[in-house]
Amino acid sequence: MADNSTVEAATEPAAAKPSKGFIKSFFDFFGGRTLRLNNDLGAMAIFFFRSFIMIFRIKQIPEIIAQIYFIGAKSAQIVLLVGFFTGMVLGLQLYFVLVKFGSVGVLGTAIALTLIREMGPVLAAIMITARAGSAMTAEIGIQRISEQIDALSTMRIDPLGYLVSPRIAAAVISFPILTTFFDLIGIIGAWFSGCLLLGVNSGTYFYRVVASTGIDDIMGGYYKSIVFGLLVVTICCFQGFFTHMRTDSFGAKSVSLSTTSAVVISCVMILVSDYVVTSFIV
Amino acid sequence: MDEQRQPLIEFKGVSKTFGTRNILDKIDFSIYEGEVTTLIGLSGTGKSVTLKHIIGMLKPDEGEILFRGKAIDKMSKAEWNDYIGQIAYMFQSNALFDSLTVFENVAMPLKYASKLKKKEIEEKAMARIEQTELTEVFDKYPSEISGGMQKRAALARALVTDPGIVLFDEPTTGQDPIRKNAILGMVAEYQKRFGFTALLISHEIPDVYFISNRILALYGRKIVFQGNPEEFESLDHPFRQELISSLESLGEELTGLYSKRHFKVRYQSDLSQRHPDASYAAAVFTIDDLDTITQNIGHDMAQQIIRSLGAYINKHFGAVGGFSSRQTINEYATVLPYSNIEESERILVDFTKDFKEHGIEDIEEHEIWELDPNLENEDPTGEYVEFSVLAGLAQGKPQIEIESVMEFARFNQKEIARFRCARGGKAQ
Repeated sequence: MADNSTVEAATEPAAAKPSKGFIKSFFDFFGGRTLRLNNDLGAMAIFFFRSFIMIFRIKQIPEIIAQIYFIGAKSAQIVLLVGFFTGMVLGLQLYFVLVKFGSVGVLGTAIALTLIREMGPVLAAIMITARAGSAMTAEIGIQRISEQIDALSTMRIDPLGYLVSPRIAAAVISFPILTTFFDLIGIIGAWFSGCLLLGVNSGTYFYRVVASTGIDDIMGGYYKSIVFGLLVVTICCFQGFFTHMRTDSFGAKSVSLSTTSAVVISCVMILVSDYVVTSFIV
Repeated sequence: MDEQRQPLIEFKGVSKTFGTRNILDKIDFSIYEGEVTTLIGLSGTGKSVTLKHIIGMLKPDEGEILFRGKAIDKMSKAEWNDYIGQIAYMFQSNALFDSLTVFENVAMPLKYASKLKKKEIEEKAMARIEQTELTEVFDKYPSEISGGMQKRAALARALVTDPGIVLFDEPTTGQDPIRKNAILGMVAEYQKRFGFTALLISHEIPDVYFISNRILALYGRKIVFQGNPEEFESLDHPFRQELISSLESLGEELTGLYSKRHFKVRYQSDLSQRHPDASYAAAVFTIDDLDTITQNIGHDMAQQIIRSLGAYINKHFGAVGGFSSRQTINEYATVLPYSNIEESERILVDFTKDFKEHGIEDIEEHEIWELDPNLENEDPTGEYVEFSVLAGLAQGKPQIEIESVMEFARFNQKEIARFRCARGGKAQ
């Protein structure tokens, strides 16, 4: 009897804690997350529009050129390298599929449409995210934790105008150019594997590339690359800019986590938005 | 006096809480135009938070901040821009852009927040760089220059827009005693030269008293004192034990001499026990033309001279039971409680001889030497800067106020040594 009373007394505080119930816990969890997501998306939208408006100022031109060099010119090498091997792999895979149907003549068509419509914009955007996007987040994040962004405000310099606007403008210019490079070098890579290594006729290949590619395909690829550019820069800059607001870490650790988040979210958003944009343009 | 003046910036019942932690609890204080006001308090008590409220980086949860009587949160956009345009902020961490050179950092506020032409921006930025003695490193990145230079670059950037109000967030943190006092000297000099209102956070007690018109003490989430440094030194408040004792060392860091407060305490404890008719000697030393040294050679040199003289005073007068204190930037007071005037005159002669021979030492970049009063000392080329050291003695009695004795010693001052220093480098 005495033993039972001891057990009851020991478990009393736990029993006093009211249980939420499954439905309430479910809505608490998902409701809370939804509200946070909603807040973040709203904040990001305001962040983007405020930065975008400030692109159109004369003083931005040198900064935009500097960012085009950083995002565009400095990313060209890696984009060309990845584009070439992507084209080679595509040439290889498609050759062995088409040869079963005796249709190797349309290799050029398959390569051109796959690269220009889909793989060029997506893979180029992912490569730029990995190279330039992560650097943007880290740079802005460090500027945030070392009070450089606060210093801008005290000097009456709008931090969004100074740090984010030139990057958005540079992304809108650089992403389509790099996508074009990716497409062109990919087509050459596929020609290398399909024609030079596997024996498809080069004339047929290039004839099919030119004949089957319409202006709509090219523009569709550009629309995608512009959307990806805006998304990547906004996400990466947003993550760096608000690195001090993270609740899971502080200081250098928060910059590191922000950089990881920026790359992961950007890559996911590239693929999600790819589907959305494709559904509008096909 | 203060009540009759219109405050430039006024905090009225300002409170701030972060999460569940209350930082400021209904604080009230005033800052007056053209003055240097120093906010002191222990670490983590909300000093930087207070400063950030002034520039709108933080908003109060309660209360209001007035600028010339107008609440800053009720200003129109034009009024706000006008207000914020008058303020410069120097961060504790300097907050220099590490990817930009010193010149680019200094020119930044002009480049992005003014309508000046490129040439004008360059001229203005270079002028500030020269004034802060950074000409040799103007094209270097912050990571390539010393901590002291980084501080000066941040100071140059804060002053490049000719602000009316400059907020200094612990400008001397992490500096050696010479640098600390050089930076404080720089703040005082620029404040006099440009006439801005300065609010600075500093732990450098008592050094900061020499440059401050007003002291604000933040303690226990409240402003517990506001007034001039003299009133602050004689303040009787429980926070003193915790705040002042932890911040103020017995001796001044630069010279190793007593702080003014400890000097008075020592005076009272040593002389109150003496017979009323007993006599003691007091000496007052002054470095003349220190401003000329500061302006022509630099703050570091001026602080070296101050330190050197302090060390020699301590060496000679401390050996016979005397105790000394720096009273103002360039004046020292010494009390010899057990010496009469004749003995103190002999000590002064020995001191003068030693000081003339070895006085200003350890100067790496500039050479200083004593001028012979019997020779022709003219400097037609203007390549040298001169300064002199004055000393005066007086006899006092325990019942006489120390201030009166020191005044008499000042009256008796005469030049004991004159030095000449090369402006730009080694002496010829």
